[in-house]
This record gives sequence, C-alpha cells and structure tokens, in this order.
Amino acid sequence: MAATLAQKIIARAAGRETVTPGVVVTAKVDLAMIHDSGGPRRIEPILRDLGVSLWDRDKVVLISDHFVPGDTDEGARILELTRQWAAERKVAFHDGQGICHVVLPERGHLKPGMFVVGGDSHSPTGGAFGAYMFGIGATEMAGVLATGEIWIKVPETILIEWQNRLSDAVTAKDMMLALCGRLGMDGGQYQAVEYTGEAIAALSMQERMTLSNMAAELGAQAGLIAPDATTASYLEQTGANIGPSVDEWQGLRTDPEATLLAHHVFDAAALEPQVAAPHSPANSAPVGEVPETRVDVAYIGACTGAKYEDLKRAAAILRGRRLASGVELQVAPASRRDQDRATAEGIMKVFEDAGAKILANACGICAGYGANRLGENVTCISSTARNFKGRMGAPSSKVWLASPLTVAASAVAGRIADPREFLSDRGNSA
Amino acid sequence: MSGRVFLFGDDIDTDQLAPGQYMKGGIEMLSQHCLEPVRPDFAASVRPGDIVVAGRNFGMGSSREQAAEALRHLGVAAVVARSFAGIFYRNAINLGLPALIAEDIAGICDGDAVEIDLEAGELRLQAKRKIVKLEPLPDNLKRMLADGGLVAHLKKRFTAERNGETGQ
Ligand code: SF4
Repeated sequence: MAATLAQKIIARAAGRETVTPGVVVTAKVDLAMIHDSGGPRRIEPILRDLGVSLWDRDKVVLISDHFVPGDTDEGARILELTRQWAAERKVAFHDGQGICHVVLPERGHLKPGMFVVGGDSHSPTGGAFGAYMFGIGATEMAGVLATGEIWIKVPETILIEWQNRLSDAVTAKDMMLALCGRLGMDGGQYQAVEYTGEAIAALSMQERMTLSNMAAELGAQAGLIAPDATTASYLEQTGANIGPSVDEWQGLRTDPEATLLAHHVFDAAALEPQVAAPHSPANSAPVGEVPETRVDVAYIGACTGAKYEDLKRAAAILRGRRLASGVELQVAPASRRDQDRATAEGIMKVFEDAGAKILANACGICAGYGANRLGENVTCISSTARNFKGRMGAPSSKVWLASPLTVAASAVAGRIADPREFLSDRGNSA
Repeated sequence: MSGRVFLFGDDIDTDQLAPGQYMKGGIEMLSQHCLEPVRPDFAASVRPGDIVVAGRNFGMGSSREQAAEALRHLGVAAVVARSFAGIFYRNAINLGLPALIAEDIAGICDGDAVEIDLEAGELRLQAKRKIVKLEPLPDNLKRMLADGGLVAHLKKRFTAERNGETGQ
C-alpha cells in the first residue's frame, strides 16, 4: 500500500505493517532529547512521584542551552540542577556545547527513520534527517522517560514542493518566512509537513534544518525531508556509525501514489529575501516592500540563524565593513563546533573586526533569558524563528525576523536592508 | 457524564483559556479567568460536569498545559469541538480531560442539557431527543482518561507491574 514517509516511520515504531492517518497508535521511542529548561527540573518530580527509573538511559540525551552561560542567579541554579541530574541518571550530556537542535545531529544522535521526541517546540528540526521528531511537554516527556512509549495520532502529510533553485542571498529562512506568510501559523494543522523538490535537494543539511525547525511556526507536528546523499555525507562527517547506507534509505520516502492532505508548489527562483514584521513570523514580506526601519540591535543567533553556514554567509556581507553607528550586532554561534570551525576559517574574526559582540553558544535572548535581553522600545532585526511580543525582552521591543544575511546587511546599513545590495557591489554574485 | 453546554465559536486560543497575565498565579487563580476574554462569566457560572462545545481549531496557540488544566480544574467534564489544535489535544487527554471531535455540532445550543456516552461515541441532547456522533476514541486513550490522565494511568500501571500483574 502506498504510504507517506511519516506513515512509514510511525508504522515501524508502532510495530505495524501500515498505519492509517487519524488513527491513534502507541509507538516506541528511539530517542528522547531534553534540555535544561523543560528537562530535569520539570521531569524529575514526576519521575519521583511515579517511583521509576529511566526506561533506557542510552536513549536519552540532555543538552544545556537555554540558561547557558548561567549569568543570572536563576540560570546558574537551574544549570547546577541539570548537571547533577545528568550525573545521577547517567545520560549522554552535552553541557554548554550549543543549542539542542544543532548539537543533537552534530554529535551523531540522529539517523533517518528514527522516531524521536524532544522536550522543545522546535523539535521538528530532526525531520531534516528523515527522522520523525516532534516536541512534547514535560508531563508527556516524563511518561516517555518512564516507559519508552508515546501515543500518536497518525498524521496526514502536507507536501511542500519548491521547484528550481534559490538565487544568491536567498536562504532557507526566507523560504520559511514566506511560507508562514502564505500558509499562516496554523497552515500545518498539526499534521506532518514534508519538503521536496529541486531547491530542497540542492540545500545543505544546515539549511534543511532551518526548514524543518520552522515547521513549528507552521503549526505542523513534524517537518520532514527524505534522506539522500547530502544526509549521508553530513552523518559521516559527524563520525556517527550511520549503519544503513543511502541505498538502504531508498524506501524512506513518500510513495508517489500516497494520499496527501495538500500539495503546495512554490518557485524558489522567484523568492526574494523576506522579513517578518513584529509580532508574528506570518507578517512576512519581501525586504524591498518594508518601509524605512532603523534598527538598534542586530542579532545573529538561534538554531535557525547562527549555524556555521549562517555565520559564513553573514560574514561574507560584513567582511571589510563596519557596523552603522548606533547599531549593536550580537553574534551567538549555534554550537561550539560551528564556532570553532568559523574561527579556524577566519569567519569569527570578520565579526570581531566589524565590531560585533560575541555571545555564548546558547539560546541567549531567543529564549528570553540572560543579561542581554532587549530593553524598552528597542528595535531588533533577528535571525531567530519567532518574534512574539516580549519573547526576546521588553514587551515594547520590536523584533523583525530575517535571514542572517539580511540581519548582517541591516547591521551595516543601520536600517532594514536588502543583502543583495551588499553582494552585487563587489561583483561577486557570479 | 451529563451537564449543560457552554457554546463557543472557532479558534478559541490558549490565551483565552489561560490568560498570560494570570499564569504566575497558579491554576487556582488562572482558572478563575479561563475564557474570560470571550465569556466573562464563564468561570463563575460553569459547574462540575458541564461541557464545552466549540467550532474549529479549539486550543490553538501556545503549548501551555494550563489551557487544558484550567478547564479541568473548573470541573468541565469534556470538550467537544469540530477540530482541535494538536498540542492542546495531546495536553487535554494527558491531563484527563476528554477532547472529543464532532463533525456536526449545528444542533447544539448554549445551555442545552446533554449526556455524553464515551463507549457509544455519542452526545445526546436530552430535550431535543437528538444524537450527535462523536469520533470514537481509541481504547488506549479511553483507558488513560478513565484513570484520570497520563500520570495517574502510569502510576496504576507501575503499581500493577510491581504487584506482579501482567498487562496494562
Ligand atoms: S535558539 Fe531559540 S528557537 Fe532555538 S531552541 Fe533555543 S529558544 Fe528555542
């Protein structure tokens, strides 16, 4: 019977031949990821109440990112509790190594075909690797850690096809902001979104991760991309024992005759850099249509905007330039490894020379924590995924969302600016 | 279960169910403001056993568990809607609040006395002698609801396992 990628993964996890959308099944979890904010401090009391130990400590990964670097009393206390728990429960723990959604695949924990839960709303990021990964709350996570199982209503699939290739200075973030505008923040209907088409095939893993991550902004449960050679070479690089070869992943895709809830087709070549006005990712428009907007803070950070490639492309705009006066550029590389690589390649130096402030490999103000929260009436352009009112600081602050390139261009211009202006004037737009 | 209907429209969101400004006050205070923006007298007039009936996309918005918890705290016996936002649906069932899907709610009016039969998958309008079909809940979720939610369900299961009983 023809099936979607989502159905195939869930059927295997549920120990069935096939599963039908709308039906509730109980599935075995291959991996559970938790972080310092929603993790031990919320889950341990429930586990204690239940009086049980972890179902399988080898299948639990803990990552500290929300309260790193612990620059507030509360943050320091929560980190301490997180570290203690990791030692007591003996789970894999990546402490201060970067943002969970980036560190998890980077350290080889994810593989195509896995059924994974995460204690964070952007857990759909794992879908970029052909894993069915979704976010759950603390109560459900405690249940998973106790039993290794979870119930799931088999989703329908919304296929999002991007034909042709993206042009210069247009990124996965621009694709997602455009989708939020077009489909709305409930366009995903808590079903599975799957990205496909020539533009997706051409994207790197880090760009694909941004697409899957922001399936959350579409209100989808998961954001999948079928594994291919790009997936395989990324996984090999992580040093993970990937086991199944690309050939063995052949079946991990949506069959052509599978029933879909919807099939949307977009033209990647026609897409322009997007920005989303405060206070919703759905308020997106091509950057050229935005009225003159001065910015105080430019933020290159978060799981959707400060990975190695994001840093590299933002630096290409900043190289040899300085920040506009009155603008503060904050750069919080998404992981330690990505930052190390960027340092080795001279990318971090570009940020420093331009006058940027380099922050910890953590969620930073994207999670609304820490000393750098936005102050009253600050206008910020940010490479993060959400710009809900007050999320990154004072309720009176205004956050515009954009790609890291657009953020870099705006930092140099002192106003929201089109990154293409900064590429073409060097004649390097090939 | 039986009670009176409190009828709402489409897109009831988590900020209406659990208004952000009362989140710090704990569930006791929060539930007193449940649905206040759309129906100021809701918390004061709802009685244990009453049923919330709504249109599409009930519980849209944030993933806060308190949205379902507030309804439960007020004694709401079930929410019947044409569709639910996914995370609210999960949270409701896990907290022991039946979230039931009904395609056709046209005949149900505010204040109607109704009875819900989970086994039969029916909502019965007593005075109108009318039956509204509910999408059947799978057995595992029915058991979880009967136990009072996920944590209570797991406690029961683990106790049974410790006592050497088999099965769930
Ligand atoms: S960087 Fe932002 S979006 Fe990503 S996990 Fe952290 S808080 Fe969430």
